[in-house]
Amino acid sequence: MAKVLMKGNEAIGAAAIKAGCKFFFGYPITPQSELPEYMAREMPKAGATFLQAESEVAAINMVYGAAGAGARVMTSSSSPGISLKQEGISYIAGSELPCLIVNIIRGGPGLGGIQPAQSDYFQATKGGGHGDYKMVVLAPASVQELTDLMMEGFDIADQYRNPVMIIGDGMLGQMMEPVELREPQKRNLPPKDWATTGTGGRGHTNVINSLFIDPAECEKHNLRLKAKFDEMEKNEKKYEIFNCDNPDLIAVAYGTTARIVKTVIDKCKEEGINVGLIRPISLWPFPYEVFEEYADKTKAFLSVEMSLGQMVEDVKLGVNGKKPVHFYGRTGGMVPVPDDIVAEIKKILGGAK
Amino acid sequence: MAKVRGKVTFMEHRCKGCELCTTVCPVDIVKMAKDRINVKGYHPATVYEMEKCIACGNCATICPDTVIKVERLRDND
Amino acid sequence: MAEMVFQRTKGLQDRPFHYCPGCTHGIIHRLVAEVLEELDVLDKAIGVAPVGCSVFAYDYFNCDMQEAAHGRAPAVATGIKRVHPDKVVFSYQGDGDLASIGTAEIVHAAMRGEKITTIFVNNAIYGMTGGQMAPTTLVGQKATTSPFGRDKDHAGSPIRMSEMLATLDGPAYIERVTVTTPAHVRKAKKAIKKAFQAQIERKGFTMIEVLSTCPTNWGLTPVEALRWLEENMIPYYPLGVYKTSEEVK
Repeated sequence: MAKVLMKGNEAIGAAAIKAGCKFFFGYPITPQSELPEYMAREMPKAGATFLQAESEVAAINMVYGAAGAGARVMTSSSSPGISLKQEGISYIAGSELPCLIVNIIRGGPGLGGIQPAQSDYFQATKGGGHGDYKMVVLAPASVQELTDLMMEGFDIADQYRNPVMIIGDGMLGQMMEPVELREPQKRNLPPKDWATTGTGGRGHTNVINSLFIDPAECEKHNLRLKAKFDEMEKNEKKYEIFNCDNPDLIAVAYGTTARIVKTVIDKCKEEGINVGLIRPISLWPFPYEVFEEYADKTKAFLSVEMSLGQMVEDVKLGVNGKKPVHFYGRTGGMVPVPDDIVAEIKKILGGAK
Repeated sequence: MAKVRGKVTFMEHRCKGCELCTTVCPVDIVKMAKDRINVKGYHPATVYEMEKCIACGNCATICPDTVIKVERLRDND
Repeated sequence: MAEMVFQRTKGLQDRPFHYCPGCTHGIIHRLVAEVLEELDVLDKAIGVAPVGCSVFAYDYFNCDMQEAAHGRAPAVATGIKRVHPDKVVFSYQGDGDLASIGTAEIVHAAMRGEKITTIFVNNAIYGMTGGQMAPTTLVGQKATTSPFGRDKDHAGSPIRMSEMLATLDGPAYIERVTVTTPAHVRKAKKAIKKAFQAQIERKGFTMIEVLSTCPTNWGLTPVEALRWLEENMIPYYPLGVYKTSEEVK
């Protein structure tokens, strides 16, 4: 397929339809409304269903019902809306249903603003909803990667019967780049023989449920989920290593911030400073091991985020005290400026010399 | 005219002794068995004068626990 | 040969209900199950259980079931029905679930005319959590969170869901029934059957509100509870058909 110039938000929709997503339940919120608008327009043409729910709470529960009924289904929102969806996400994880959730993050807390942010990192990777659960969280840095991860995300969800979250921000949503919709590497997906489709001649009833009133049973259920999360942790780590051949400092950034850091790397090179980048693509599972490995090859790490410091905690866990881990962030919708990051790097390295 | 006769059967171990069935019997034969308790610890509902049963089904209709089965008997039964 | 007048429906699993003695949930479960069996749709029915006393409904109905979060059953049922428009989808919800935390979901499912059937069990109290005030608790009625009786100035007047939803265009059939006597039980079953039939014929959203008892939390014997319902609830929540779309007539 030839490359097509597409806006991030619309590319999400195109990739979803291409991946065989048949149902989209959503509620408008800036800065991702182009996505439901695209879906409302394009899904009927693909024999798929777009439905605008009365709220994010209803939308995620429609996703629950449709996923439980065996369909490939997704929803999308932005930070405050994702907060509302957390109840449903917890139920979806607890009931072991596959679905894809897109969060085009905006600054918070509360109503916050509508400009780009990465301040939902904790919410996405450390739970968000109640209970012991995990979900694969993928953070693309380009429109092409966004479509690739969307398509693979559905397969990951189906493989593990678990929700998958794609996170981006308004920059990625609005950015226009050439994309090619590419099939992901084929996975062995289990049949959805657990879905509620009516018993038909099945001979037994299927029940979608996350209630285990007996604590021993509930613990057993949790341990079974844990075994699944362990598998996800083992198999689904994704990251990019860029310019990490004995650099003076390794910057750590994901999503659009990683693009800014690549500019920083060029600028630093001009000044004779060698900066590398580790870009986690899967925020959960987080590629901790990579940090321990590269800690021997550099003097310090700098986590650059559009938050007040969230991923930096995972970077510290990965580096495990071997080298200093610094943080630079802007928040509330402010985007880090390359020159400021360069200045921060000089400050860190100057201090280290 | 032949009189309609009925037979009610109680799944006694599932009775919770709520007594709703005793209030709807038109011939007033559904009683609580005060002489015994079931596995749940309740006096179960029962019928002592089965020959009076007219198979109306009221007791089964109001029973919240589907304890009661009702049959209509033919003359030669 | 004896002729069977009444026996347990195949629509129910062979499992005892966990409900308190005399709780009318058991009757209502049975009626829904009987209707599904009589309409011969057990193998294509998908039910949605609520949060509340009937949270375990998925253990009782002999068809595919999903357990929803509190109040979200109509949204879950919407998701199911959109995936399987040819299947028979129902939600079974109490008054806390449907008329309080899930008000938005039921109103909008009704507004959209979702082709589902909602069984709304109204017993004017929160049963499972221990007898707290519900949106449907009557003025003056005592509950653990209205210990002096519901005060209208403080907590408002109870909500009449059937009347409210009947103002919408989406519903095809809405009726309020009760199960306090065998005659009422038979009438309730007819209403439930009519609602499912209307769903099968794709007429629109259907809801049967069933006035029900809670002997335990009302502090009455099961027999007293039936009389209390008739004397106190029916005057405020009159029985009858609230919505019949032209197609259903």
